[in-house]
Amino acid sequence: MQFEKNHDGPIEHSLEIALEKIEGLLYDKYPLSRRAVGLLLLQEDHEIHEMVKESQPTIIDHIEKIISGVKAHYAYPIEYEIALRRRDEVERIINRVVKVAKEEAQGIAEKVSALMMNPIAGFPLLFLILYFGLYKFVGVFGAGTVVGYIEETYDSHLNPLLVKIFSSFIPWRIVQDLLVGEYGILTLGLRYAVALILPIVTFFFLVFSVIEDTGYLPRLAMLIDRTFKKIGLSGRAVIPMVLGFGCATMATLVTRTLPTKRERLIATMLLALAVPCSAQLGVILALLGGHPKAMVLWAGIIMMVFLFIGFLTAKVLPGERPSFYIEIPPLRMPHLGNIFTKTYVRVKWYFMEILPLFLLASVLIWLGKLTRLFDFLIFLFTKPVTMIGLPKEAAKAFLFGFFRRDYGAAGLYDLHKNGLLTGDQLLVACVALTLFLPCIAQFLMNLRQRGWKTGVGISLFTLFISFAIAFMVNLALNKLGISL
Amino acid sequence: MMERKDRVEEILESLWIITVEGQKDKSDFALLRDDEAIKDLIKMGYVFIKENQLGLTEAGKIEAQKCIRRHRLAERLMTDVFVEKSKLIHETSCKFEHLLHKDLEKSICTLLGHPKTCPHGKPIPPGSCCRGASKEYLKKIIMPLAELEIKKKGKVAYLQTGNRDVLQKMIAMGVLPKTEILLLQKFPSYVIQVGKSQFAIDKEMASQIYVRQV
Repeated sequence: MQFEKNHDGPIEHSLEIALEKIEGLLYDKYPLSRRAVGLLLLQEDHEIHEMVKESQPTIIDHIEKIISGVKAHYAYPIEYEIALRRRDEVERIINRVVKVAKEEAQGIAEKVSALMMNPIAGFPLLFLILYFGLYKFVGVFGAGTVVGYIEETYDSHLNPLLVKIFSSFIPWRIVQDLLVGEYGILTLGLRYAVALILPIVTFFFLVFSVIEDTGYLPRLAMLIDRTFKKIGLSGRAVIPMVLGFGCATMATLVTRTLPTKRERLIATMLLALAVPCSAQLGVILALLGGHPKAMVLWAGIIMMVFLFIGFLTAKVLPGERPSFYIEIPPLRMPHLGNIFTKTYVRVKWYFMEILPLFLLASVLIWLGKLTRLFDFLIFLFTKPVTMIGLPKEAAKAFLFGFFRRDYGAAGLYDLHKNGLLTGDQLLVACVALTLFLPCIAQFLMNLRQRGWKTGVGISLFTLFISFAIAFMVNLALNKLGISL
Repeated sequence: MMERKDRVEEILESLWIITVEGQKDKSDFALLRDDEAIKDLIKMGYVFIKENQLGLTEAGKIEAQKCIRRHRLAERLMTDVFVEKSKLIHETSCKFEHLLHKDLEKSICTLLGHPKTCPHGKPIPPGSCCRGASKEYLKKIIMPLAELEIKKKGKVAYLQTGNRDVLQKMIAMGVLPKTEILLLQKFPSYVIQVGKSQFAIDKEMASQIYVRQV
């Protein structure tokens, strides 16, 4: 498109003339046309500027001079001036070739869309989606029924077989422990990965893909923006947060899409602290399944911690309030083929990422036990664990919780199955474990994304907060004489 | 006599732009040396001459600020309400501003939704009406999108943001002067329809888009 060569001010500062001058300086070896490169330079695109600076270092000063000459004559940034002219051109073309038919009446999709964005209908609807999508489908059916069935098969058929085989082939006790012991690579690492995590994550990704493909997420972002602003985030942060319910490690990776450092830091911290991942969620929901009151309390406490800590962090951290805009696409019926492809690709990627970590965790536990380091760490944990009113066996669950959050949750699950925990203790344990240190994978991801100082800082902070809150919950339950 | 008064105001405005906005103490005035208006200004105690340079006194600054405000409000009025072609704005505004006196100035400022910048992006000094902006007695023609009623359409008059990121977001949505916007919802976020697309924006952004109700 050509810009008009007239201009309110001196003619040499008109966009078209500046553009022609810049084009004249550029050679044509760029992947884009010279005009496109020129336009991007005028709009002060950082990447293109760097590219030209590298490719044609001799002309960049001249180009900068032309651009600053043009800039001085416009009150608004050049991209705005260009956008205005481009819009006029688009309109000119559209008016010539497009005929607008009568507006169609509101369809069912628009009505549902309006309901989703209505603050009165929207939140109950969100609750329904969470209840059926996450709780009923992922939690009860996925983590409960399906995992139960797979684990049972694994425990009753595969594990004894593995133990038998390896015990007869390998005479050394130590190696037996490493492979098929209580925390063995095959009996614990592989079992948890395949029998527990895989089904839960698959169910989660299935639900997430459906939610994503309907176009619900931008609507949720729109609903939640006001609340998220209070904790220093914008509605856009809803995507990493929802993903956090799947896998907080992956969600931390996705915080890269947030625009400011401040938002990324707050999101990372909240993910580490108060967003339970699906594996953990599955086990926690199973633990609290028989105690509906405890479950409501647990959800309430975690939500309050999330908002309160977020609110405080936003107050403490300097920086600008984020601004928010998001496109709201029309609601669509998800395409089954797409859902399955997406779920498959994500589960595959995820499983490949975490399987080695699981096996590594088993090895580390084995090493820790062998060197008695774990006994020492468990001993360290015993004091705080008993302080929050839990049996000292729970210390083990907390330590293992670091290797995978779900190990910890699953450890508690074993305690629960053996009838070692009361309703109150279950609630306190679930609160502490949800808030507890992120798993080793998330810890490593935090270090990588936020730098080691911040990463370690976040971990120490969550460690402290988790026990502090659990302590208070236990105290409150005791003082009020509540038994769940 | 009328013309002489206009001339006085023009000089005050130029001095304001050079000294206050340009942050210089004084201005060279060789061209105006024998201007009658300068003599008037000195007599009124608005300007002083020092070392062959012209400067604004404190009283002169107050008067000049008012002139600048009227001039830029007139420009806004021309662009936003009368939708004047850009080339004529300056000329017409120059004549118009001298007619804008006290009460009329306040009404126009209110009518325009207390704009903070002129069409060229220069600041409009706030008047007394801008401070108590909530007690408005005139129905506005130009208002922030945030104040538009739901289900009403507005045509963008101007974008008022000093934040380039925010401006780029507006450009990305196609929210530019003359764009028609349908306001669908205000709470918990603002939902707007631009062409065939819908967007959710926050209150801050909705307050920076000034529209003329359609």
